[in-house]
Amino acid sequence: MTFFLAVLLLLGGAAFLLVSCVGLLRLPDFYTRAHAVGKAETLGSMLILSGLALYNGAALSSVKLLLILTIIAVTNPTATHALTRAAMRSGLKIWRAEGKPSKHDLAG
Amino acid sequence: MSTFFLALTLFIAVLFAASVYRIVTGPTVFDRAIGAGLIGTNAILVLVLIGFLYDRIDMFVDLALAYGMLNFIGIVALAKYFERKQAQL
Repeated sequence: MTFFLAVLLLLGGAAFLLVSCVGLLRLPDFYTRAHAVGKAETLGSMLILSGLALYNGAALSSVKLLLILTIIAVTNPTATHALTRAAMRSGLKIWRAEGKPSKHDLAG
Repeated sequence: MSTFFLALTLFIAVLFAASVYRIVTGPTVFDRAIGAGLIGTNAILVLVLIGFLYDRIDMFVDLALAYGMLNFIGIVALAKYFERKQAQL
């Protein structure tokens, strides 16, 4: 039972990693790509690491795997936010669809 | 189960190609930085999976821990530098 749950978590994590990479390839500008990387990548990594910890069983390595999970859950959105704030402060324009008004554009 | 771990490692290794494409052709420097960050996070997972493949998980999990912290410090340093530079492209 634990084995099947671990395999399920690993497959779900791989699916979220695939979604994140497709978003990085297909989305139109930096901010939308940061959206894909900051959330889908974090969730996929956390699912894969928790699946591996579940497969490993009760050992010191499992505690360290959960520690890596915590570090990724804290640092990956923080790094994405720092990059996005740097882009916003250096004046990178937000992408707009063709023909849409842009008077509420934060980046001016 | 070892075959499954090998397949998962190869799948994540294929996903590196998306980040490399974004680093090579990204229009701004921030796209390149976020592609590098994605490579770092995937490399943590590949390190842990290699530990399971070689049955040396107690060693590789420490490597992945150190790599994760260094990756975060690198990305934040890049963000601070390019914020100060007012870099557009």
